[in-house]
Amino acid sequence: MKKTLIMTTALVAVAGSVAAQDLTVMSWGGAYGASQIEAYNKPFAELTGKDIVMVDADNPATPIKAQVEAGNVTIDVADVEYSDAIRLCDEGLLEEIDMSTLPDAPDGTPAADDFVAGALTDCAVANIVWSTVFAYNTTNVEGEPTTMADFFDLEAFPGKRGLRKSAKANLEMALIADGVAAEDVYDLLETDEGVDRAFAMLDTIKDSVVWWEAGAQPPQLLADGEVVMSTAYNGRIFNAAVGEDQPFEIVWDGQIMDFDLFVIPKGAPNAELALEYISFATDTQRLADQAKWISYGPARVSSGALVGLYQDGVTEMAPHMPTAEANLENALVNNFEFWADRDAELNERFNAWLAN
Amino acid sequence: MADTTSSDIPTDSGTLQTADGRPLKAALATAQRSARNRAFYLVLPLLLFVVVTFIFPIGQMLMRSVSDPRFIEHVDLGTGEVTPIMVGLRTWFDENPAGTEPDEAAYAALVADLVHLREIRAQGNAGTRINYVYPGARSMFTGGARRAGRLEPPFKDAILDMDEDWADPALWQTMRSSSGRYTADFYLAAIDRERDAQGNIQKVDEERAIYLLLFERTLILSVVITLLTLILGFPVAFLLATLPLRYSNVLMILVLLPFWTSLLVRTTSWIVLLQTQGVVNDIAVSVGLITDESRLQMIYNQTGTVIAMTHILLPFMILPLYSVMRPINPSYVRAARSLGATSWTAFRRIYLPLTIPGIAAGSLLVFILAVGYYITPALVGGSRGQLISNLIAFHMQNSLNWSLAAALAGLLLGGILILYWLYDRLVGIDNLKLG
Repeated sequence: MKKTLIMTTALVAVAGSVAAQDLTVMSWGGAYGASQIEAYNKPFAELTGKDIVMVDADNPATPIKAQVEAGNVTIDVADVEYSDAIRLCDEGLLEEIDMSTLPDAPDGTPAADDFVAGALTDCAVANIVWSTVFAYNTTNVEGEPTTMADFFDLEAFPGKRGLRKSAKANLEMALIADGVAAEDVYDLLETDEGVDRAFAMLDTIKDSVVWWEAGAQPPQLLADGEVVMSTAYNGRIFNAAVGEDQPFEIVWDGQIMDFDLFVIPKGAPNAELALEYISFATDTQRLADQAKWISYGPARVSSGALVGLYQDGVTEMAPHMPTAEANLENALVNNFEFWADRDAELNERFNAWLAN
Repeated sequence: MADTTSSDIPTDSGTLQTADGRPLKAALATAQRSARNRAFYLVLPLLLFVVVTFIFPIGQMLMRSVSDPRFIEHVDLGTGEVTPIMVGLRTWFDENPAGTEPDEAAYAALVADLVHLREIRAQGNAGTRINYVYPGARSMFTGGARRAGRLEPPFKDAILDMDEDWADPALWQTMRSSSGRYTADFYLAAIDRERDAQGNIQKVDEERAIYLLLFERTLILSVVITLLTLILGFPVAFLLATLPLRYSNVLMILVLLPFWTSLLVRTTSWIVLLQTQGVVNDIAVSVGLITDESRLQMIYNQTGTVIAMTHILLPFMILPLYSVMRPINPSYVRAARSLGATSWTAFRRIYLPLTIPGIAAGSLLVFILAVGYYITPALVGGSRGQLISNLIAFHMQNSLNWSLAAALAGLLLGGILILYWLYDRLVGIDNLKLG
């Protein structure tokens, strides 16, 4: 008996050491996570022979502080939103990344110039441009919503709405729906009147809202008919519509563009390999490959020309990108500085508004 | 000398002694002490476990709720080195009472401190600490630190040129109250209070007040859920205790099966059942109870929270009730009936009082679990079915304001301890029987 115990203990110990991963990447899961596995992780694993584990989170920024402060960091690379990258970097929770280590574009343009403006910060390297849009299920909506105002118009388009349970994006969309021009939105939100106006607009649909938290929820809510329209990350809707033949339509009016960036938590167990991974994943070809799996725009200019067809081999990706000319008409670029500053305050008010 | 002789020779004083001449009392005490020590060593692992996993973290949490020293010192997460920051400004605060108009000396100190923050890259942390109370401060600190090195005297004008919000008395009050190592501000925030520019405590704006409302809601919903589990669980426990064994075993499995199922599975099952396009609504529509347009909203609101939590917590009520009912001798009730009591009187005067320890244990268990419940309200609570624990989680994970989360948790803990004390006074903790 005792012998068996010793044997099994030894076996477990051996198994544990064999199963140890070389690199742990935390991302958003769903169709987006899958695109990263296909475009980044698989070729990187092939190239280096390392084992990469993908971990999902509703928002990978949230576990970083807890892990770093507790001195028990298990993530090597995390994929976070812009304002979170800034905030975490300011708080000293991220490793700084030397941007000169990033590979140049194939034509020799240095990385610093090849990335679109704002895509590189002290601690983070952008990989995609994504956008919060609203989409609807064509079988459940009569007529054709075309503007952000239609999303808030319960009379013309009756039915429930899906919104992300956070102040970010909702306040901007409310103001755009209320007739504010995209370029004035953040100036207005700096003022109390602007915030009041946004909440007043949200009040008009509050009782018809189903709140979602994970990016995979909106396509589900739309498919179930639980909501007729929902805000969503554009790539998730694209994959459900094109990849799974769901009758979803995206409305680009009032879209809010944002970056997703790779960061390395301070004290990451494999920081060197993490840096290697980030350099690899954000090179020109890999970013273009990623667009083959989901409709998020690559953060490098040089990748744009390489973006081709969706994995089904027939759908041209370019018109589905947030950055496509036709989709930019009334687009808003997320103001990360605004949200890094106001996140706590506005979410506090948002929570109070929700609970009342 | 007198002592030596007295211990060598038995005396007539009447104290009993052991064979080796020691007083019996002392010998017994020694023996008992070593037995106590042995027992203590046996308990020691558990004691250490409780200290390490329970008392220490709770202590740390309570510590955090009164202290967030990121404005007075900077900890380098890489090396663990602690550097005092904002020294100049804090000295100025010490020398000048609250409400003093910041003068040139104050601004000069501020500039010097900002330069220092930039040197050790602490501007983000210091700014974030102020940002919790004064929104916008984070970028004022990061932007200010970036440019502070190039500022020329007079510093007041130079800083106000950069951003005139630096003159805001509310900001100065916030920096002053953040300069102490200990502060009650997080507890104030947790009961919807804040300090005005003069440092007086006032209520926060109506539209930002949330915590008292949620504490109250948590309390009310927990009581409702406890009562519902009692009403639903009592007959089930009674059946379990009184049915013949082969039926009660089947029933017991029905009670326990959901208990063994993952919490998430049970919660999401309720979503499938209760959503507007869900099973319950579909059936109601198909049998003509309601029309397709008037489908009921049973989830993503308080109803959803109450239904799902009642179901999930039900076994915690049934099992203690069952363990108390099982040994109750049925002849007591029969005796009451034969003495002329109606069945209701027999139940009320005989059976019910005997089950009080079970009711007490089940209610306490369910109530305390319900007060801290987090995942179910997060999934099915929608906007108005959220509980205080959801806000604690929000501050732990999203806003990263751990001190406020700790203050909220501290209040919750304090509230539960008070309720527990009241319970002890009213029902008596000796009456509690868990099994």
